[in-house]
Amino acid sequence: MPSAASTPLLRITDLEVSYHGTPVLHGIDLTVAEGERVALVGESGSGKSTTAAAVIDLLPAGGAVTRGRIEYRGDDVTHADDKRMRRLRGRQVGLVPQDPMSNLNPATRVGKQIAETLVAHGVASGREARKRAVELMGEAGIPDADKRSKQYPHEFSGGMRQRVLIAIALACEPDLLVADEPTSALDVTVQRRILDHLETLRSRRGTSMLLVTHDLGLAADRADRVVVMQHGRIVEDGPAHELLRDPQHEYTRRLVAAAPSVSTATRTGAVATSDEDPQQDKGLEPILVAEHLTKEYSVRGRRERLTAVDDVSFAVRAGTTTAVVGESGSGKTTVARMVLGLETPTSGEVRVAGEHVATAKGAQRRAIRRAMQPVFQDPYASLNPMFTVEHIVDEPLRVFDVGDRRSRRARVAELLDHVALPRDLAQRHPNELSGGQRQRVAIARALALDPRLVVCDEAVSALDVLVQDQILTLLGDLQRDLGLSYLFITHDLAVVRLVAHDVLVMQQGKVVEAGTVDDVFERPGSDYTRELLAAIPGADVFT
Amino acid sequence: MSEATPVTQTAEIDLGGQRGQVLRQIARNPLGVVGGLLLLAVVLTAVLAPLLAPYSPEQVHFDTPFQRAFTVGFPLGTDDLGRDILSRIVYGTRVSLLVGALAVLLAVVVGTPLGLLAGYVGWVDVIVSRLTDLTLAFPFLIIAVGLAAINGPSVGNAAVALGIAQVPTMVRVVRAETLRHKELEFVLAARSLDAGGGRILGQHILPNALSAVIVQATVIMPVAVIGEALLSFLGLGIQPPTPSLGIMLSDAQQYIFRAPTAAVFPGLAIAVICLGFNLFGDALRDALDPTTRKR
Repeated sequence: MPSAASTPLLRITDLEVSYHGTPVLHGIDLTVAEGERVALVGESGSGKSTTAAAVIDLLPAGGAVTRGRIEYRGDDVTHADDKRMRRLRGRQVGLVPQDPMSNLNPATRVGKQIAETLVAHGVASGREARKRAVELMGEAGIPDADKRSKQYPHEFSGGMRQRVLIAIALACEPDLLVADEPTSALDVTVQRRILDHLETLRSRRGTSMLLVTHDLGLAADRADRVVVMQHGRIVEDGPAHELLRDPQHEYTRRLVAAAPSVSTATRTGAVATSDEDPQQDKGLEPILVAEHLTKEYSVRGRRERLTAVDDVSFAVRAGTTTAVVGESGSGKTTVARMVLGLETPTSGEVRVAGEHVATAKGAQRRAIRRAMQPVFQDPYASLNPMFTVEHIVDEPLRVFDVGDRRSRRARVAELLDHVALPRDLAQRHPNELSGGQRQRVAIARALALDPRLVVCDEAVSALDVLVQDQILTLLGDLQRDLGLSYLFITHDLAVVRLVAHDVLVMQQGKVVEAGTVDDVFERPGSDYTRELLAAIPGADVFT
Repeated sequence: MSEATPVTQTAEIDLGGQRGQVLRQIARNPLGVVGGLLLLAVVLTAVLAPLLAPYSPEQVHFDTPFQRAFTVGFPLGTDDLGRDILSRIVYGTRVSLLVGALAVLLAVVVGTPLGLLAGYVGWVDVIVSRLTDLTLAFPFLIIAVGLAAINGPSVGNAAVALGIAQVPTMVRVVRAETLRHKELEFVLAARSLDAGGGRILGQHILPNALSAVIVQATVIMPVAVIGEALLSFLGLGIQPPTPSLGIMLSDAQQYIFRAPTAAVFPGLAIAVICLGFNLFGDALRDALDPTTRKR
C-alpha cells in the first residue's frame, strides 16, 4: 500500500505523558500503517498501557500529554476537543479492554450495551440497532446470539464476555483496534479461540490493530511488528519474528531469554533433570502421597453437590517437582489446599512423610507442618503488611519455639542469604519491596523450618517475565542445594516444562493425564493436553 | 517493576514512619487540617478548662442575670442565675468529651473482640450477629431510660448507654474487616503453620483491622457527644449543677426569647466538636484507605 506508507493510519511523534508533572513516557515514536498489526510489549510499568490510553485520550486522572503529537490519518488529535474525540473513539478507533469482568454494565442486557454503541455514534437506531447488535454478537462467535443478547453479563463466562467487548469495539467498523491485554485474564485455550476469531474478523475488514501485551509469545503469534518498551521508552522495534529470533537490544534479549516458551525446556539447567534420580528414589517413600482425593461442595439452592476434585491420586518423589496443571475451575487450587490441610477432603487421604494430614494430632501434626510449607500466588497479599521482613520470616520459628532471639535473628539473616535478598531489607515493610522481592520473602518464610516439601500455588503467575525467571532459577537452586520437593500448582504449561519432573493435567476436577514431563509434552495422551499445548502462544517462533 | 528498581519510600523503617505518612496525607487535605485544628482547640479547651474559664462554672451572680454576650466581665453573657456562659461551655466541653471518650472506649473494648470472633469463628458469628441485630432494633434512648430508671441518671450511665448503642456498629465493622483479611494469603500462610486462632487474630488480623477501628471511633465520637447532650437535655444524663452543653440548652429554652445567646453558644460548641471529629475522621479514613495510598 503505497499511500499508507506516506500517511500511516496512526502516527505518534515524540510523545511525552506525565502524571502530576512527572514524565512517564519519554519521547515515544510509533506508527501503525493501514491494515498493520503492531504489538507493544513490555513489563508492568514500562508505559505500554499508558501509550495505548493516550491514543484514545483516556489517560487516568492526573495524566496528560505534555509533549509530542498524535496524528490519526494525518489529522492532529493530540489536544482535540471532546466532540472530535467522540468521533475518533468508537467510529475510527475501537477499544478492547483488559478485564472482561468489570467492563460490562452488570445491570444492562448485553444486546442493549452493544446497541448503545451503535446509537451513540448514530450508526443505527431503535429496532435496527438491536438487530445489528445480535448480528455483531453472532459474528463475534457467540452461539444463539438472539437469545443471549437478552441476557445479563453475569450469565456469560469470561471468554464470552470478552467476545461481547470485541463486538462492541467492532460495532462501528473502526479502522484501528486498540487491544489492551485483551486475553490476559482468560485461560489459554479460551485465549486462543478468541484471538483466532478476532484475527478472522480483523483480516476480513482490513482493520489495523495496536495490541498491548506482556506476553512475547502472543506478540510473535499475533502481530506483524513488535515494539518493545522499557521505562517509558521504546528500546526496539522491528518485524515480529525477526525481532524475537534475533533481538538486538540487550533488554529484548533478556526478555526473550526469560520467556518460558515450551521449546526452551533445557535452557536453564537449574532444575535437576529427571533422568538423574531414578536410582536415588528407589525404596524411598515419596514425600507426598495423595490417594483418591475427592472434594464436594454443597451449592446453595441446588440439590446435587458440586464435585470440585474427583478421585485424584498422585505422589511427589523426594527431591523432585510434581506440577499440577489446569485451567480455572479445574480444581488444582483445591488440591493444594487439601494437601496443606486448609480444607478437609470429602474422601481420600493425603500423607506427608508417611503421616496422614487430615487426622494427625499434636506432635505428628506439628511434624507435618514443619515438613511442608506453602508459597502463594499474590506477593502483595501473602505478606502481612504490618510486619517487617524480619518479623515475617521469623514467624514460623516463633510459632514452633525454635531457638532464642539471637539464634532466630541469625537464622533470618541466613534465610535472606538463601533467597538472595540483602540483609538490610530485614527491617523494611512489604510495601517498600518490589513484587519479586516480596516473593523471595515468602520463599524465605517457607524455608524457615527446613521443610522437605514446598507447595507453590501459582507462585510465579503474578510476576513479570524477568522476575519470574529469577524466581524459577532460585527455586531450582534451592531444590538442588537443600533437596527440596515441590508440588507446583500452575496454569502455565510453559513454566511446567521448565521446573517439573512429573506432571498432572487436571480438567474439571479429574486427572486427564499424568506422567513424566517429557512423556506428557512429547507424547500427550489426551486430547485436552494436546489442546493445551497447542494453545501456548509463540511456541513456533522460538524453535 | 524489575527487581533492581529502587524503592520509592526509603528509610522509613518502623511504624513511626507509617504514622508520619498518614499525618502528611492528612496535612495535604485542607478539610482534614481544619478538622484537626478544631479538634486540637476542643481538646485543649477541655484539658485547660480551669485556666481558660474566668469563673467557676457553678458560681452564681444574682445581681447580673441575662447579660448579653460581649459584656465586660462576661464574654458570652450570663444565664438566668448569672452564671458565666463561657465558663460553663468550657467545662461542658470537658464533660462532653469525657462521656464521648468513655462511650467510644466501651464500644471499642466490647465491639472489637466480638467482631474479631464473629468474623473468624462460625458459630460465634451466628450468636453475635443476631444479638447485634437485636440491639440495633432497640432505640438507644430506651436503653438510656432503662439504665437511668435502674441506677439513677449519672455521667457513668450516660456513657454506658451511649457505648452500648454503638457496640453493634463497631462489631459489624470489625467483623467485615476480619472476614476480608482471613481469606488473604498471609493468613492462610499462618494457618498452614498451625498458628493458633489467638495468634492469627491478635497478630495478623487485628493490626490490619485497627485502622478501620480508629476511623469508626472518630465516627462514634460525635454521635456520642450529641447523645450526651440529648440525654442531659432530657434530664437522663448529667445532673445539675454540673455543667453540660445539653443541660445548658435545656435551661436556655425556658427563656429563649429573653436571652437567645444562652442557647446559641452551647449549640455552637456542640456543632464545633462534632464538625472537628467528622472532618478529621473523613481525612483519616482517606489517608488510611489503601486504595488511595500507594503500595
